[in-house]
Amino acid sequence: MSGKIAVSLTVNSEEVEAFVAPRTTLADFLRQDLQLTGTHAGCEMGVCGACLVLIDDQPVHACLMFAVQVDGCVIETVEGLTSRDAITDLQKAFHERNALQCGFCTPGMLVSAYGILSSGKVPSREEIRDALSGNYCRCTGYEAIVDAIERTVGERWRAKVAEEEA
Amino acid sequence: MNVSAGSLDRPNSYIGRSVSRPNAKRLLEGKGRYVTDLVLPRMLYAAFVRSPYAHGRILSIDTDEAAALAGVRAVFTGKDLAAICTPWVGTLDHFKNMKSPPQLPLPTEKVTWSGQPVVLIVADSRAIAEDAAELVMIDIEEMPALADPVEAMSAGAISEELDDNLCFSMKLDAGGVDEALEAADLTVEQSFIFGRHTAVTLEPRAIVADYDPSENRLTAHHATQTPYQFQDVYSRHFGIPEANVRVIAPDIGGSFGMKLHVYHEEMAAVGASILLGRPVKYVADRMESFVSDIHARDHRVTARLAVGKDGRITGMEVDDVTAIGPFSSYPRTSAVEGNQVVRLMGAPYDFSAYRAKLSVVFQNKVQASQYRAVGHPIACAVTECMVDKAARELALDPFDIRGRNLIPDDSYPRKSPTGYQFEKLSHEVCLSRLRSLMNYDSLREEQAKLREKGILRGIGIALFVEITNPSPAFYGVGGARISAQDGAVVKLTPSGEVHCAISVTEQGQGTETVIGQIVADQLGVDRAKVRIMTGDTDMTPHGGATWACRGAGIGGETALQAARRLKANLLSIAGFILQAQPGELDIREDWIIEATTGQQRISLAEVARIAFFRSDTLPPGTQAQLSVAHHYAPQGYPFAFTNGAQGSLVEVDVETGFVKILRHWVVEDCGRIINPLLVDEQIRGGVVQGLGAAFFEECLYNAEGQLTNGSLTDYLVPMACEMPDIEISHVETPTRDTELGAKGVGEAGTAAASAAAMNAVNDALAGHGAVLSQIPMTPTRILKALGKI
Ligand code: FES
Ligand code: FES
Repeated sequence: MSGKIAVSLTVNSEEVEAFVAPRTTLADFLRQDLQLTGTHAGCEMGVCGACLVLIDDQPVHACLMFAVQVDGCVIETVEGLTSRDAITDLQKAFHERNALQCGFCTPGMLVSAYGILSSGKVPSREEIRDALSGNYCRCTGYEAIVDAIERTVGERWRAKVAEEEA
Repeated sequence: MNVSAGSLDRPNSYIGRSVSRPNAKRLLEGKGRYVTDLVLPRMLYAAFVRSPYAHGRILSIDTDEAAALAGVRAVFTGKDLAAICTPWVGTLDHFKNMKSPPQLPLPTEKVTWSGQPVVLIVADSRAIAEDAAELVMIDIEEMPALADPVEAMSAGAISEELDDNLCFSMKLDAGGVDEALEAADLTVEQSFIFGRHTAVTLEPRAIVADYDPSENRLTAHHATQTPYQFQDVYSRHFGIPEANVRVIAPDIGGSFGMKLHVYHEEMAAVGASILLGRPVKYVADRMESFVSDIHARDHRVTARLAVGKDGRITGMEVDDVTAIGPFSSYPRTSAVEGNQVVRLMGAPYDFSAYRAKLSVVFQNKVQASQYRAVGHPIACAVTECMVDKAARELALDPFDIRGRNLIPDDSYPRKSPTGYQFEKLSHEVCLSRLRSLMNYDSLREEQAKLREKGILRGIGIALFVEITNPSPAFYGVGGARISAQDGAVVKLTPSGEVHCAISVTEQGQGTETVIGQIVADQLGVDRAKVRIMTGDTDMTPHGGATWACRGAGIGGETALQAARRLKANLLSIAGFILQAQPGELDIREDWIIEATTGQQRISLAEVARIAFFRSDTLPPGTQAQLSVAHHYAPQGYPFAFTNGAQGSLVEVDVETGFVKILRHWVVEDCGRIINPLLVDEQIRGGVVQGLGAAFFEECLYNAEGQLTNGSLTDYLVPMACEMPDIEISHVETPTRDTELGAKGVGEAGTAAASAAAMNAVNDALAGHGAVLSQIPMTPTRILKALGKI
């Protein structure tokens, strides 16, 4: 094992400087070094989506990145999205629709949903289901999650139209 | 028998209302506290060296190099842990002549499945422990692996402690089967294979074992549904007084039955913590989960159905061979699934001639045991597939043949030929409701039109009966220390709010929400003023916890009775304060009111203030009882059976064998519904697990007993894009065994989804001479059935 490497990055709007082992994944770095345990690990091979975070505003699997690879990047996790109120409406829709049970997939689902919402499009249910094809959930059967995202997309779209008309 | 409580039906009752889960907000903000997140001071990390062979004799283990690695704190083998842990045996007394070899945390002589943990490394980090695991040398003399269950039945015993590989066998005979088969106009026969699959909870198994030698005190932060069961297991097998063992189950990333079994790794982690006097954390990674979590199903069933030309079923015969791995799991055993398979066969239908044989067999694969809907999907798929087959031969519609055979709704109570007692089921209502929910007739029209265009759609239905609210007849009578009762402590806080600590547990199904609704409802307080506490053996009374669909039915009744007792106490104190008869008072919206007029008299907060801080103003001799501890065990029927019907619409591509699941419908009768929102999501989640089994999920082994698809890229799970929207409708037949009237619902979705899907696929393929009788129904199997490959 070689020595630790210095990285500096932005995580949830804060500057972070750290020394990390080359083999430490971004998921482990966030969860263990920074104690941002909202990001979960379900497979550590890029298939379940539990570890999704935003890197430079794009959803990325934190289990497939090494911490050293994100030197200089802007990272945002579910904690950051929550504290800057970026997904409050989405979280409310998830809550009211009961679109989560154990909640272990939820942070990853929210990051995927954030990606759908920031595309600016109004996807159909089928397109939402497709966009979630990298997010595994064992509890809900997905329908409530699709409903919650669909509702938020619709609300944002209507708000945007109303704003443009005003 | 109890009288049904009128107050449950009053207009502003919390019972029956779709309210969202207060404890879900935390999870939505990434603030869940799962065992995987937990870090304790001085904590060490565990990793295991696992057997590469499915069967073999351990010749030698060399751990020197591993132990010498910097950061490694200890290396333990079977002998080290055997010195502090007594063996466990997974049998139940009421399963006659059942046997299973004794288990230790790590083996001392033999390995019996590929992936079995053999050596435990404890180190400063998981990465170091894994590095050290690479340095351990284990010399194993490989022995022939018994992977095939039928072969295992006649082969020499895997276990040196036993004579053969038959864990348990049983025959049921209600009589009249030979006569029925003899007299039948039609005999339908079919063999079925149900693949092994596994739970794949998104959060893997996890434990932080924290032993404090100064107090001989073990605290286990354990991702499990059943903390009390593990308190008992750790206490007895490690010789620690039960009161010194605390098991905490915080947020849990899914369980579905998988996390209530005893696993070697968890026992080893507890042992390591005891030996080291430090906290030890073990989290399975996904690869480890596939080779060490329980698997489920793995049944081969042959069935025969005797049918008259009028479509009436007159008898059924079933032979089930199920393979469970090298030992029976502990403490619930691996015989329960087979037992439920043979006892639930034919359950919705009105016939009495029934005979069954069950063989539960050891083999060299990881243990198989109870997972969501234990046995139900097998019994349901076999029965419903046979009924459809009979219908096809007699040119009857699937609804029609079922209508002719199901047990009439007005004929309860009654006993099944397999000995189950049904209090009241609603098959007739459910079946006709399903028909209208599906819009069945127009589906058939559409199917016929599309068929002309070469598009193959299939429509399948399935009726089911589900076992819920188990009494001690389930485990207690067999000698297992698994409680059928639950306990709750409900107390008034000095501010007039309510705290309820209860033994049922939460894994996201909404247990705490439902208990909160019941307590708030019964006490007449705002739901936001009720705090529910679960999942900690030090903080809540002993109870069964959440499994086998007992959380709402038994836990809910416990909460209801406890809350009523506290209410009686509160009204009596209020009576003293107001100089009124308690019987003339009631509680509504946090106020003591005049029962007849509804007029507010005194707030609960004021009652609490007086009782806690100004007891001097109460009449002499009055001791205000502001906390109530209450236990409840079911005493009526041994189980509260539920029932329902499911429908499935699929489209099969005969060129590729791919199936598109278009729609799914469920009609369900789980008795009184406390929270429709949560009930529906339980059903949807359950259906999708059943559809996973029907189309995707299978643990594939080669002849050497090696799992060949043990990763999440190779083992297919249902994803959002493959799953349909699921429409649900309810029938409510409350059980009269309890005031609450609730039965379970967690397994209903899984129970019949694969049966409905199988019937839908076979309906699509009817006319092509193909019949699928194996799940998962993979494209390859569909093409094979069609004779295309
Ligand atoms: S943990 Fe990264 S995708 Fe599963
Ligand atoms: S809510 Fe449990 S995995 Fe999605």
